[in-house]
Amino acid sequence: MPRRMRTMNEHSTIEAAGPRVPPPEKLFEKRKFVHPKRIDGPFRRFKWLVMLVTLAIYYGTPWIRWDRGPYAPDQAVLVDLANRRFYMFGIEIWPHEFYFVAGLLIMAGIGLFLVTSAVGRAWCGYTCPQTVWTDLFQHVDRFVDGDRNARIRLDAAPWGPKKIAKRAFKWTIYLIIGFWTGGAWIMYFADAPTLTHDFWTGQAAPVAYGTVAVLTFTTVLLGGFAREQVCIYMCPWPRIQAAMMDEKTLTVTYKDWRGEPRGSLKKAKKKPDAFGDCIDCNQCVSVCPTGIDIREGPQIGCITCALCIDACDRVMAEVGRPRGLIDYATLEDCEHEKAGGEPRPVWKTILHPRTVIYFLVWGGIGLGLLFALGTRNHTDLTIAQDRNPPFMLMRDGSVRNSYTLKLRNMESRPREMEISIEGLPGAVMWSEEMSHHSAARSITRAVPADAIETMRAYVVAPRHTQGQDFTFILRSLDEQGETDSGEARFDAPEGQGRHEAR
Amino acid sequence: MANKRVDEATGTQTVGHEWDGIEELDTPMPRWWVWTFYATIVFAIGYCIAYPAWPMISQGTEGVLGWTSRGALADELEAQEARRAEAVSGLAAMPLEQVQGDEQLMSAALAGGRAAFKVNCVQCHGSGAAGSKGYPNLNDDEWLWGGDLTAIQTTLLDGIRQPGNDDTRFSIMPSFGRDGILTGEQVSQVVDHVMSLSGLGPANPAGAQLFENNCAICHGPDGKGMREFGAPDLTDAIWLYGSSRDEITYTVHNARNGVMPAWGERLDPVTIKMLAIYVHSLGGGEDFTQEVAPEADDAPANEDDERT
Repeated sequence: MPRRMRTMNEHSTIEAAGPRVPPPEKLFEKRKFVHPKRIDGPFRRFKWLVMLVTLAIYYGTPWIRWDRGPYAPDQAVLVDLANRRFYMFGIEIWPHEFYFVAGLLIMAGIGLFLVTSAVGRAWCGYTCPQTVWTDLFQHVDRFVDGDRNARIRLDAAPWGPKKIAKRAFKWTIYLIIGFWTGGAWIMYFADAPTLTHDFWTGQAAPVAYGTVAVLTFTTVLLGGFAREQVCIYMCPWPRIQAAMMDEKTLTVTYKDWRGEPRGSLKKAKKKPDAFGDCIDCNQCVSVCPTGIDIREGPQIGCITCALCIDACDRVMAEVGRPRGLIDYATLEDCEHEKAGGEPRPVWKTILHPRTVIYFLVWGGIGLGLLFALGTRNHTDLTIAQDRNPPFMLMRDGSVRNSYTLKLRNMESRPREMEISIEGLPGAVMWSEEMSHHSAARSITRAVPADAIETMRAYVVAPRHTQGQDFTFILRSLDEQGETDSGEARFDAPEGQGRHEAR
Repeated sequence: MANKRVDEATGTQTVGHEWDGIEELDTPMPRWWVWTFYATIVFAIGYCIAYPAWPMISQGTEGVLGWTSRGALADELEAQEARRAEAVSGLAAMPLEQVQGDEQLMSAALAGGRAAFKVNCVQCHGSGAAGSKGYPNLNDDEWLWGGDLTAIQTTLLDGIRQPGNDDTRFSIMPSFGRDGILTGEQVSQVVDHVMSLSGLGPANPAGAQLFENNCAICHGPDGKGMREFGAPDLTDAIWLYGSSRDEITYTVHNARNGVMPAWGERLDPVTIKMLAIYVHSLGGGEDFTQEVAPEADDAPANEDDERT
């Protein structure tokens, strides 16, 4: 079956495919602005709730405090780019642990698969930022210009003082929302109260002002003006989701077997048996935030926000017909009901093998990440041997190798750490800031809180030592006594001891 | 050939191509899309006017903003210079011996010294300062002219056997064989003795006697060397020119008089200071209190600063 991509603005009225096809009417199409009508209903109220929660999370999260002691920031969620740390409540991620973030992203990806396979494009309909902000801006439209008909009239009206005033007012609100959105974004990257103060006193970094400016612009552009064009022309996600949906996926569906043929109430009264339940009132179209007609079937422009269900249910109640002419249903269920079967409960449509498998994978990764987070070591040792030169012959014939050691203290408090040599008989070491007279098998270093201490270790082994592997052991000198170790290579001249010159 | 038809379900014409039954609808593009496209063209024109863009015969168009990558580099270098200014002036003011006490200046000196070393010193001493035959390894604990900070700085400033520099480190080993001071057999005996000093061969009493008469004045009676003459310790495991019999014989016969440029004539005092600190940090640097060789190291640091 050829895959069809439908768009909602079809003007071409060519009926049949003849041998001679007239050229397309036009190559480009003028934007038809969508003016969705206000509607109330269970799905609309759910959308309000989701919008409230998501916006509250977005604007509020940076202001949550989280005590981590004197050596770490007290912001609950903070992406500290300057110091390369990512804080999320009780979790602190270092750059070398970025796989945790990668794991979270994989979970987010599989989570989207899971949601898509269970409830279709719920992400598009409720939680996608584009949807949430578009919804917000559409409420601003409604607040300033009135509902659908008033807005259509105002759009068509010539520019006059009243229209200019209304537009100026509306766009000012757009700008404020955009500015606030951009302003909230930067709070995730620095201490929010400090940054707010610096921002308003002109002391913040230029990149902060730049980011706010760019995000204000994009928020106003995408939420205030581009709106459904983003979903239909720019976003890859509808295409991906279209590929992931199947006949078992819950989606917003017009039950054409029940609604067709359409006929107004008047016509239906004349010929009661000739028409379906759809009275062709067009309410589903006028409430649609992307301006589509759901009765044309599932299509890429439909974000499954379910506002048309609210609209249709209300009309059906008014005309005394059962609700659900437009409803969440799987295509399979639609066929089932069409054939006269009983509607299946929603949990049955959600729970099928694909969703279960996605959920198990998603949960498995989540548990794995939690386990890794809970058992990770807060002490870490990295060893790099100096390769140029690999070894050094000393006056007394002993051999010296140099290593750059990085002692990581991932606790937010300073710790004493001891680094020692295991193996390599007779070898002692010292580091650059101590005298080589005090060389020993182990060195103690104070490692600052939440930091990496880089030290150079000079390891000297007695004359005749052959090249061999040995181990550096790092141990924290506190009640935790965490250890980490690393293999290192000790290089020595070949045939050492026979006094061959290098 | 393109087989255009109108799709029944949508009423839209297809573009006329088909891939395994998949056809593409010729849906009109949104008008804003084409305006965006025009905007990028306008931007490109503006960019070509503002920035260097078009290749001409001898050179490209310059662009009205006057931007060049060379100029951008110069700006960045200037900015870098400005960032370094504090460390540079701090290092200039601080006596060499005290730099180690200042953590910030110390790390600045090490970084600067490492960079200057890569530019000026690696040609002879190697990028890891491991040296090669005739060019000392700077990582080890053997120093011909002294290995504390001021001794290293003096070596850097005035060089070794630098012609025309009165303060340069200077000594001459005679060419014992070539100049006929010792006969071939005597040279061989001395070589025997020298090798025996570090256990490379059996003792040779005749050689020992010759050594005492000819060599001990610089290398010391027991061959431990003397830093005021840059005379190496012959008893240790480190051999600048190799420890084989042939190499040592060559050294006694022809003499070795290595040279190093006086970097004080080419580099500024702060760079010299940073280089001294860097070389000292390589692992073999000596403390001031340890083996001080006052004859060689009496040039105070601030005096060096005035010399350019």
